[in-house]
Amino acid sequence: MRQLTSERTTHPVLIFWIIVGWAGFLLLPWYGIEDFFTFEWLIDGYPFDEDYAPAGFLIAQGEKLWLAPLIIPLVLSLFALGKPKTHPAFSRFLILAGALGFGWLIIQGFAIGIRGFNADWLRALFGDLDDRQFGMGYGALICAASFLFLFTQGIAARGAINGDVFVVSSIGGIVVIVTAFVFFPIAKMLTAAFITEDGGYSAEVFASKFFDDRLWGLGCLSGARCGVAWNSLFLAVLVGLITTVLGLIFALVVTRSGFRHKRALRALTVLPIITPPFVIGLALILLFGLSGSVTVFFADVIGIQPTRWLYGLPGVLIAQTLAFTPIAFLVLIGVVEGVSPSMEEAAQTLRASKWQVFKTISLPLMRPGLANAFLLGFIESMADFGNPLVLGGNFDVLSTEIFFAIVGAQYDQGKAAVLAMVLLCFTLGAFYAQRFWLGKKSYTTVSGKGDSGVHPQMPRALSIPVLALAMLWAVFTMVVYAMIFYGSVVELWGVNNTLTFKHYVTAFSFRIEEAGIRWSGAAWDSFWTTLKIAATAAPLTAIVGLITAYLLTRQTFAGKNAFEFGTMLSFAIPGTVIGVSYILAFNVPPIEITGTGIILVVSFIFRNMPVGVRAGIASMSQLDKSLDESSLTLGANSWQTFRRIILPLLRPAILAALVYSFVRAMTAISAVIFLVSAEYDMATSYIIGRVENNDYGLAIAYSTTLIFVMLAAVGAMQLIVGRTEIGRRMSQSRTNV
Amino acid sequence: MNSYKMMLGAAALAIGSTGAAQAEKLTLYCSAQEDWCQLMANSFQDATGVEVAMTRKSSGETFAQIKAESSNPKGDVWWGGTGDPHLQAAEEGLTAEYISPMRDQLHPWAISQAESAGNKTIGIYSGALGYGFNTELLAANNLPEPTSWADLTKPEFKGHVQMANPNSSGTAYTTLATMMQLFGEDGGFDYMKSLHANINQYTKSGSAPIKAAGRGETTVGIVFMHDAVKQAVAGFPITVVAPAEGTGFEIGSMSIIDGARNMDEAKQFYDWALSADAQNLALRVNAFQVPSNMGAETSDAAPDMSAIKLIDYDFKTYGSSETRKRLLKKWDDDVSTLPQ
Repeated sequence: MRQLTSERTTHPVLIFWIIVGWAGFLLLPWYGIEDFFTFEWLIDGYPFDEDYAPAGFLIAQGEKLWLAPLIIPLVLSLFALGKPKTHPAFSRFLILAGALGFGWLIIQGFAIGIRGFNADWLRALFGDLDDRQFGMGYGALICAASFLFLFTQGIAARGAINGDVFVVSSIGGIVVIVTAFVFFPIAKMLTAAFITEDGGYSAEVFASKFFDDRLWGLGCLSGARCGVAWNSLFLAVLVGLITTVLGLIFALVVTRSGFRHKRALRALTVLPIITPPFVIGLALILLFGLSGSVTVFFADVIGIQPTRWLYGLPGVLIAQTLAFTPIAFLVLIGVVEGVSPSMEEAAQTLRASKWQVFKTISLPLMRPGLANAFLLGFIESMADFGNPLVLGGNFDVLSTEIFFAIVGAQYDQGKAAVLAMVLLCFTLGAFYAQRFWLGKKSYTTVSGKGDSGVHPQMPRALSIPVLALAMLWAVFTMVVYAMIFYGSVVELWGVNNTLTFKHYVTAFSFRIEEAGIRWSGAAWDSFWTTLKIAATAAPLTAIVGLITAYLLTRQTFAGKNAFEFGTMLSFAIPGTVIGVSYILAFNVPPIEITGTGIILVVSFIFRNMPVGVRAGIASMSQLDKSLDESSLTLGANSWQTFRRIILPLLRPAILAALVYSFVRAMTAISAVIFLVSAEYDMATSYIIGRVENNDYGLAIAYSTTLIFVMLAAVGAMQLIVGRTEIGRRMSQSRTNV
Repeated sequence: MNSYKMMLGAAALAIGSTGAAQAEKLTLYCSAQEDWCQLMANSFQDATGVEVAMTRKSSGETFAQIKAESSNPKGDVWWGGTGDPHLQAAEEGLTAEYISPMRDQLHPWAISQAESAGNKTIGIYSGALGYGFNTELLAANNLPEPTSWADLTKPEFKGHVQMANPNSSGTAYTTLATMMQLFGEDGGFDYMKSLHANINQYTKSGSAPIKAAGRGETTVGIVFMHDAVKQAVAGFPITVVAPAEGTGFEIGSMSIIDGARNMDEAKQFYDWALSADAQNLALRVNAFQVPSNMGAETSDAAPDMSAIKLIDYDFKTYGSSETRKRLLKKWDDDVSTLPQ
């Protein structure tokens, strides 16, 4: 199974990409086609019809002549064939072909749109163009990919990153897609911050919006209200800290205690992550609101006057803690499991007490996990939109302000852009603080050397409060979820408590007819769409995320920091901003995907990828480089090393990325609101519609169903991915390290 | 099947160039309640055979989307939702002018809405502003039944009143504009200030206050009366009040999007949506607004518009972005910063 890396013959990968380039140019329709996969275009005038023609046929017929220059790089690439890899012309031809082709694709794409030339100066220079072009299709896409990978192979041949084609290509690929789907739309959106009312650009507009007192006011120190920015920051720090602590507690209970119902606890901690937005908020209101059952109970028994304490910081804090603890848990569990018992055992043999071991060995080794968990909690809280909306009261935060700056009565996109920048600064600040805290220390504990210890139990002084807290939180979560389930089987939540199944029937009824099953329930359409989109997005997210993590932890290359920043960017920006910027960027050629399922999948990939990246980094920083090195010394290339050594050891991270992105795709709302279309409606936007319409029963019944579906899916993924067996005594006899 | 449609335009062009027969279609942006939108889409499809793709979003979200899509419009008709964003869209040239032959069947307010926007929009229903209170909470707190706007500023209602934030909600902006027209600009702001003292929360969304009142989270919620009626009909303990001083109202509107890809079908829908038959569909989905077609019926549960003292709401002035920005800024600076 060794790949050909001979110096004499041409690399098969190169031949492959050259063929792909020509195929994209000569065989596939160049422009986008509605309903591509019905393949009706094949019998409808292809390959001569202008709409379905590949670029080659267009040019041959004298149409879209601005595509003709692409032939040059395609021909150039052929010159590299047959030349040895070390020959300087080999890399020169490839780099030239790739750069020319890719560059020209982009230039013509942006220069010529649906109304001819896109810029006035082009019109002035060349005169009016009597032609136009639509969004790029598969032909253009495949051609672009070919140019890109020809370019990266050329770079690799020049010796970049030890001439490693896989690494250079991965970097190139990820840089391009992150640029296209993160930087480009966000840049388009953020320029709005400088646009004046009459359409010009001005820094003054930005300054006046940025230094607004409602943003930075410190009124709360003297009894009034504080600025939105401070509110968000304060809330996010609190949520980050609390979720990290709770996540660690659960991870410790699951891995290092004699607690018997670990599986139940694990399931319970995952529940909130699979809960559609608004539902936790509604349940909290029914429990602790002014007329909530707990509030009323205490009012009756103790005679406390009911208050609206829930609305504001306390409510949002509780809801976000409930919602985001599982994320911290998912990140920390891998790390806590991964801390090598050998070191802990070594300390014990040296007569350290259990407490000393925990404090000086285990906890410091968990630092990457703790830092990443905090960062995720912080960012999630910053970008969260549903909970502040329901429970915020007069406690305004950036994310809701951004949303209502765009859709509210102000229609102020510039303000939204400024607020988004502030939010971005905070997240970046947190990101760099985290890196500073981790420093340059090594946290590697899983090495190639034999390692077969068993984790010690937590010290008793720690285990009692930890268990108690975990239990308390578990009970609280259970009560909240019992409320939610109850809400789906009563006539009208909180008012008429007659038990009924009618909400489930309305949403999910079906009939078996001669022609098959007829899905007559109201929710089926959005349900199937959601499942389809989530199932498509999840594996793609995991792949992109883990490759990125691999590059970040295992490779050194110029611009690595900028690269890391870019991959985290989309996560730091609230979904609303992403939603609007995607419409702005992708409603017009060259990339025109609004109103399709693709735009939903793409937005999910780039919004959720950072979790895959973080989980991957946290796990990979524990794997000793000697593992890779021995694999490389034994003759494997970096792709084989990644595939056979790193991937199997990364199972917890893969699972975390898969689960998270699948679940997020099913429960996300803020970006989705702008991107759904008639054909691709998502479950959450449907649920919000029902909530707005007072159909709480139906909304909650739908949410409950989604929760069970996601539980099943998560379980299935766990089975498929499997568990990492780091060979340790008493756990497994098999050793695969 | 994973259907791939990257380019509506390419398809439209394909129909033109190949002459292939294809079903007529219409993309409808709908800003009314979900089931109403669904019913309108399906009924139009049944009546005309035009295939309708409907997307439901709030009027603010739809406006933001139409604006973002303006260089390459995807929608054809925007039906429903409060009038201000429709007027705003007309002002920004996002919607197209159209004079429907159905006009002579409409109430004068629906036509004046159209005329104030250069015929780029038209009224399809209207609803009066008012408020609703939770009878159980009112009794529990020993409060007198409020009947007027002035009642809400009484000191005993401190912490019991909820309204939306006019910066984020069209409903609340209508409230603000109504007070300006009822009491004059100075008097109006004085009213907003004394009301501010009693407000427990400015919600983000317009109908949220009455939903909170329904669940017993606030005593009074200032909203459009049809929203309050809906809560009462749904079974929540809500009483609807038409304030004694008189009140403003909204005009739910419809516009054709400028550059619509299916202009003929859009006009066909426009005319159909103004007919009495189409407007009677509202009765089936518990929509309690007053229809704009004089021949259409109004639900028995709906607030009786003839018994409500309606002000002569100046949509042209208060719907313009200049006035809106000025009033909102004044409210932000002078009212929202006051201690409560």
